[in-house]
Amino acid sequence: MYVAVKGGERAIDNAHRLLAHERRGDPAIAEIAPEQIAGQLTLAVDRVMAEGSLYDPEIAAIAIKQARGDLIEAIFLVRAYRTTLPRFGCSQPVDTGAMQVVRRVSATYKDLPGGQVLGPTFDYTHRLIDFDLAGTTTPAAPAEAAAPLDPAPHVTALLDGEGLIESNPDRAAEPGDLTREPLAFPAGRDLRLQALARGDEGFLLALGYSTQRGYGRTHAFAGEIRIGDVEVEVFAEELGFAVPLGRLRVTECEMVNQFKGSATVPPQFTRGYGLTFGQLERKAMSMALVDRALRAEDLGEETGSPAQDQEFVLSHVDNVQATGFVEHLKLPHYVDFQAELGLVRQMRREQAAAQTEADGRAEADKPAEADDLAATAATLDREAAE
Amino acid sequence: MTAAAYNFAYLDEQTKRMIRRAILKAIAIPGYQVPFASREMPMPYGWGTGGVQVTASILGRDDVLKVIDQGSDDTTNAVSIRKFFQKTAGVATTTATAEATVIQTRHRIPETPLQAGQVLVYQVPIPEPLRFLEPRETETRKMHALAEYGLMHVKLYEDIARHGHIATTYAYPVMVAGRYLMDPSPTPKFDNPKMHRSAALQLFGAGREKRIYAVPPHTEVVSLDFEDHPFEVNRFEQPCALCGAEGVYLDEVVLDDRGGRMFVCSDTDHCETRQAAGHRGTMASPIAAGEGGRRAD
Amino acid sequence: MPTDEAPLLMARGVTKLYGHRIGCQDVTFDLHAGEVLAVVGESGSGKSTLLSVLSTRAEPSAGRIEYRMRDGVARDLFRLNEAERRLLLRTDWGFVHQDPREGLRMGISAGGNVGERLMAVGERHYGRIRETAIDWLGRVEIDESRIDDTPRAYSGGMRQRLQIARNLVTAPRLVFMDEPTGGLDVSVQARLLDLLRGLVADLGLAAIVVTHDLAVARLLSHRIMVMRHGRVIETGLTDQVLDDPREPYTQLLVASVLT
Ligand SMILES: Nc1ncnc2c1ncn2[C@@H]1O[C@H](COP(=O)(O)OP(=O)(O)OP(=O)(O)O)[C@@H](O)[C@H]1O
Ligand SMILES: [Mg+2]
Repeated sequence: MYVAVKGGERAIDNAHRLLAHERRGDPAIAEIAPEQIAGQLTLAVDRVMAEGSLYDPEIAAIAIKQARGDLIEAIFLVRAYRTTLPRFGCSQPVDTGAMQVVRRVSATYKDLPGGQVLGPTFDYTHRLIDFDLAGTTTPAAPAEAAAPLDPAPHVTALLDGEGLIESNPDRAAEPGDLTREPLAFPAGRDLRLQALARGDEGFLLALGYSTQRGYGRTHAFAGEIRIGDVEVEVFAEELGFAVPLGRLRVTECEMVNQFKGSATVPPQFTRGYGLTFGQLERKAMSMALVDRALRAEDLGEETGSPAQDQEFVLSHVDNVQATGFVEHLKLPHYVDFQAELGLVRQMRREQAAAQTEADGRAEADKPAEADDLAATAATLDREAAE
Repeated sequence: MTAAAYNFAYLDEQTKRMIRRAILKAIAIPGYQVPFASREMPMPYGWGTGGVQVTASILGRDDVLKVIDQGSDDTTNAVSIRKFFQKTAGVATTTATAEATVIQTRHRIPETPLQAGQVLVYQVPIPEPLRFLEPRETETRKMHALAEYGLMHVKLYEDIARHGHIATTYAYPVMVAGRYLMDPSPTPKFDNPKMHRSAALQLFGAGREKRIYAVPPHTEVVSLDFEDHPFEVNRFEQPCALCGAEGVYLDEVVLDDRGGRMFVCSDTDHCETRQAAGHRGTMASPIAAGEGGRRAD
Repeated sequence: MPTDEAPLLMARGVTKLYGHRIGCQDVTFDLHAGEVLAVVGESGSGKSTLLSVLSTRAEPSAGRIEYRMRDGVARDLFRLNEAERRLLLRTDWGFVHQDPREGLRMGISAGGNVGERLMAVGERHYGRIRETAIDWLGRVEIDESRIDDTPRAYSGGMRQRLQIARNLVTAPRLVFMDEPTGGLDVSVQARLLDLLRGLVADLGLAAIVVTHDLAVARLLSHRIMVMRHGRVIETGLTDQVLDDPREPYTQLLVASVLT
């Protein structure tokens, strides 16, 4: 007698109860507060905001807590929340040139207007576990500049002034939005950049790295990386001018890449661009490398490497999509598996039968081994009966 | 955030309208994959986000919803999706195929023939039947536009040359209304004939791949084959061990580690209905009849 | 073997520029049904460029190409829509690449490779497709027992013969070939040429064969076109041109073969 499994609903409820219990951990230890995450795990929050496509440190911090620190899960939570929000419109482009920088470095010049500003960076720390952090710490107050920093014009603007780098195209119409319209190939640079900005940091890092190792080389120089706050403004139709909405922390990377030119067109450097919410230098740099690699076809360069293939990159860059589809393999598939099982069994029977028949013909002169054959045939019959 | 904060059936009305427009276009061009601006849903991609968006867009307050996965109303993902609509739309749900007005499914078509007025919504992982022959979207769209489907037959030819059979057992490609090649979603090919001239409207939603397609009622749906290797459905050599049904799709249940197994209906509603009507298989419990009936979720 | 019928293919002033570089320039000729035209010339003279424009694989910068369809109507090739063009490419035309890997599906069996065009035009009988494939493998001297092997398991010469079979199975009227015997060793070349000559004659195919090998041209073609710097500098019956070249450049070409 057999009774089919029931109670999927109760199993799910119990699983979620256990999850909540595990998330809380040892009740003797203070529960972590979202403010602690937002205030002390800022780079995790930045990543969740960037890939979640929503600038809201509080929501991101709660999502990280809810996801037990699984950042892709947290990104997923933020995305699902974002979909339910109304869309009011499109802001003015942020002016990163007017950014209040907390960090700004250029690899292409020793010194430049606005200076090199190291800011809060892991660079040049020695990666030794700091056992003091096992306890509570009181770091020294940050050193402050005697005078406000000089304005820092973009490195690419300096090059552009001399005509040494391709100019950015004039601001066209409102950029596309792949969360509103399905992506069609070939996708314009606006949509490509949006996809990269939302894209998985690890995937972009690997692709960017691959271009450096020769899979779609772009001869990149980090013209500039800047991190700081920018004003977001929206144009108010009824007022006739732009009004500020608030400030965002962003990271921008401008790569200066291999020049193009010909007998008639003087050579110029080309651009690769990366922009992310928060302080995400690795992501912004990877994005700039991949953006440039994806322009290979438009610039008439040899193509064929993964990072240059927009269908490949854009179809696989989104980690919420990727994780859903990879993980859906754990859903039941037994109906299809049953169909495959049936076919494999059938084909094995047919093959064995054909083999038996062939052997039978060959064995006709050798009656001594006929017993084996009969045994095989009997096994097959049994299998066939099932 | 509580359920009350969300719109009826979760999606906002503007999104639903956009999806309904895509559905109407899909119905107008049977088998054609209509791109749509798939939203990010609160369940993972690959877990039915396409089907859920289609269902959410067509659901009305009077609808009666049934959700199955692998033919069963009680598999975890089916439970989860049904719960989602109970919470966000508050519609009546059922496990009885005949009582449902909208049935969302993953991997099966119910055994009970569908009727006019019913809608079957399929969850689709990869909508493009040519995807594994040609990975590029730009190229496959061109192949559909020009009805260049020879390559699909090359694949079937290779199956026969290699295995003596067409070795595709699920997601078996079909021609819809003599024009578009279509992936029926990963249903076993056993279910393909049920799509042909079905009285119900069949809608297919692929959330991650952002495509919707449809088979309107009474449309020709023909499984690809060769004249001398005609399409055949999967066969089972014994009836359901619980309800004795024949000519239905069966699940193999492993009973022990010594080769003991039994075969039971994959469509649990069908099986329970038959048992309630007194049908018995070889391994059915004699008294389970009463409790084998329907659950009202 | 010119006939008084209208030409199958008509090229007028066909020009293809790559920026400022000339691919081919102002090429004009007629090709009749059943006629084999060889295009010869040194490396870089524009042979492959011309072939790719004639076969609509590249767009000309100037000029016009007309093709007489099966219904007898001559059509401007670059006015065909994509569906018509692709149908032409897979039914009435063949294209034999120098590198068989470009013209074959390397992961698909020889039978599937030969059968693809049949299935593309609607053949739905497995047995007939297989019979036709076996027949064609025989015609290109590939043993029937190899029908289920993929081209990966084939030698270079076999691959080239398979590519030819795959192209000819739909009985095209015109076949383009770019160095069909290039990259093969001499004894294999001779056998392939023999085979090609037989097939072309039996089927009454028209062909445009690009080669820098004058021996290939002599063996296969009725007429010859000599190209230099993208232009046609001499044209005529093959034997005439090869035995009695008018142009000093052609004389050089012929001489360098003879020495
Ligand atoms: N894609 C291209 N871009 C730019 N120039 C090209 C391109 N293809 C060919 N060319 C140029 O056009 C001219 C003709 O080249 P083509 O390949 O047609 O010569 P060919 O006669 O086939 O030579 P070979 O015998 O070496 O194959 C050459 O100068 C070549 O450099
Ligand atoms: Mg060439």
